[in-house]
Amino acid sequence: MTTLSDIREQVEAVAPSRPSTIRRLSRHPSVLFGGVILLILLAIAIAAPFLGTVAPSAIDPSSRNKKPGVELSTRQADGTKVTRTAWMGTDSLGRDVYSRVLYGTRVSLAVGVAATIISVSIGLTIGLLAGYVRWLDGVVMRFMDGMMAIPGILLAIALVSLWGAGLSTVILAVAIPEIPRVVRLVRSLVLTIREEPYVEAAVALGTPMPLILLRHIMPNTFAPLIVQGTFICASAILVEALLSFLGIGIPPEIPTWGNIMAEGRALFRVFPHNILFPGIFLSLAVLAINVIGDGLRDTLDPRMSKRI
Amino acid sequence: MLMFVARRLLATIPVLAMVAVFVFLMLRLTPADPAAILAGDNATTEQVAQIRAKLGLDQPLLTQFAIWGGRLLHGDFGESFFFKKTVAELIAQRLEPTLALATATILLSILIAVPLGVIAAYRHETWVDRFVMALSVFGFSVPVFVIGYLLIYVFAITLGWLPVQGYRSITQGFWPFFERLILPASTLSVIYVALIARITRASMLEVMNEDYIRTARAKGLSDRVVLIRHGLRTAAIPIVTVIGIGIALLIGGVVVTESVYGIPGIGRLTVDAVLARDFPTIQAVVLLFSFVYVLVNLLIDLAYVLLDPRIRY
Repeated sequence: MTTLSDIREQVEAVAPSRPSTIRRLSRHPSVLFGGVILLILLAIAIAAPFLGTVAPSAIDPSSRNKKPGVELSTRQADGTKVTRTAWMGTDSLGRDVYSRVLYGTRVSLAVGVAATIISVSIGLTIGLLAGYVRWLDGVVMRFMDGMMAIPGILLAIALVSLWGAGLSTVILAVAIPEIPRVVRLVRSLVLTIREEPYVEAAVALGTPMPLILLRHIMPNTFAPLIVQGTFICASAILVEALLSFLGIGIPPEIPTWGNIMAEGRALFRVFPHNILFPGIFLSLAVLAINVIGDGLRDTLDPRMSKRI
Repeated sequence: MLMFVARRLLATIPVLAMVAVFVFLMLRLTPADPAAILAGDNATTEQVAQIRAKLGLDQPLLTQFAIWGGRLLHGDFGESFFFKKTVAELIAQRLEPTLALATATILLSILIAVPLGVIAAYRHETWVDRFVMALSVFGFSVPVFVIGYLLIYVFAITLGWLPVQGYRSITQGFWPFFERLILPASTLSVIYVALIARITRASMLEVMNEDYIRTARAKGLSDRVVLIRHGLRTAAIPIVTVIGIGIALLIGGVVVTESVYGIPGIGRLTVDAVLARDFPTIQAVVLLFSFVYVLVNLLIDLAYVLLDPRIRY
């Protein structure tokens, strides 16, 4: 008598098992490279208080504009002197750049992830409906075309100026310009998936529309959506940094890579470290995420990888 | 052909209308009083009342849109109470530097990126190809302002070859104009080069597999003739398309680059307007840039006919 495991053995002997997606991903050199950088940055973000940092917003007038590596001594309330090294120097208010960059990692990454989650979930919902409900399609897509005609950074700037600068408004302003791109992707996927026999079968069985969308169509949009989400995350981190750098993003009390650089603009000629260090962190983070995105695209969505 | 141009022109109207609707709604759907936002922080009560009357804010939303849209079509973008000028005047003053910067950037990017992409495709899967691709990933990842400060630090401060910041009109002599444009245009072109080189490479790789390339080679034509006359000409359409799409990147980059280099263009005006909470100007800039973006892409669509004789509309 043949059991199920016998059959499986026979099948596997003929067709060697395909390595799982995670396996293939972990072997992809660019995913590995980006993943390591991103993990280090995440570790820094989580462990920021334990990495020899001081309060990132603490202003110290006596140690303003110090070059990287300078020894600073501060007198405590009880009269004892504490000496520490300002690894990345201090800014024009005497704040420790090293601490600000490390704490900034938290904010910058969090803003990127939050903006991605918002734009992907809103875009997914609208895209599913536009792709499946025929009469909605025309109206929604014309509106999305209009939104896409506004250059993303400009739209974010306009939204921030309307709502005022703050953590939540910046996250929203960064997320909204990305929505039409997600809608377009999801809609085009839905248009092909809805013609699949299993969707037809579900319709014939009288499955209610929300259930068809959720159970039969949505899961098939995930792979391309993850790829797109990675690129959105990279771009969101960039746009947030850009807004904060221009002085119209997150207020300086909350350190992000962008507003640390904004602080360093005035005295850049003499003290380039204020722009250099956060700039390195920012570039590394965006690079890591972009590279992971490329790898994910190769692995999860081979059709797309051929295009670029 | 004429029919195509007409159809394509007609198709842009709804897009531009939607941009207008979006910019319009952005202001009306905020809980605050639109008149107060448009008047800015230092406006008097009379000024706010004046705007309210001018825009018909007591009318239904549709009437308001008609009033606002009608003014737009007449070139009336409203008035900037912060800069004490009409927005149209303000933008006209700032147009030259931005145009100069954008043109220089596009030219520079094409001159660098297309040869890079072609070489990468020609030397496919060698270190040259990998190097170009790595450069392109870097170009996408390093933010414009970091590149800007890096270039300023090296070429203006350390080496002292070029001025740090500023802008001179071309009417004040070509060299002062040109030398102040070198660093900003190089800065802004990095991301553009990354984009165009990538597409050029992909497009060339696809074309080089075609039969007629093999035929051209078999005829004994030199590599250069095959690459440029037979390859690049066919590969040009995706490249030109991406140059058009990349205008969006360029516009975002202009805002940052002008701030870094202290260039008094429209990008700088945008940032100043946001800092001053001068909403009429922001609205106008968003409309203007979107209009340019749509228009450039329209022109590119029309240019396909020139690039590819197979396309007949």
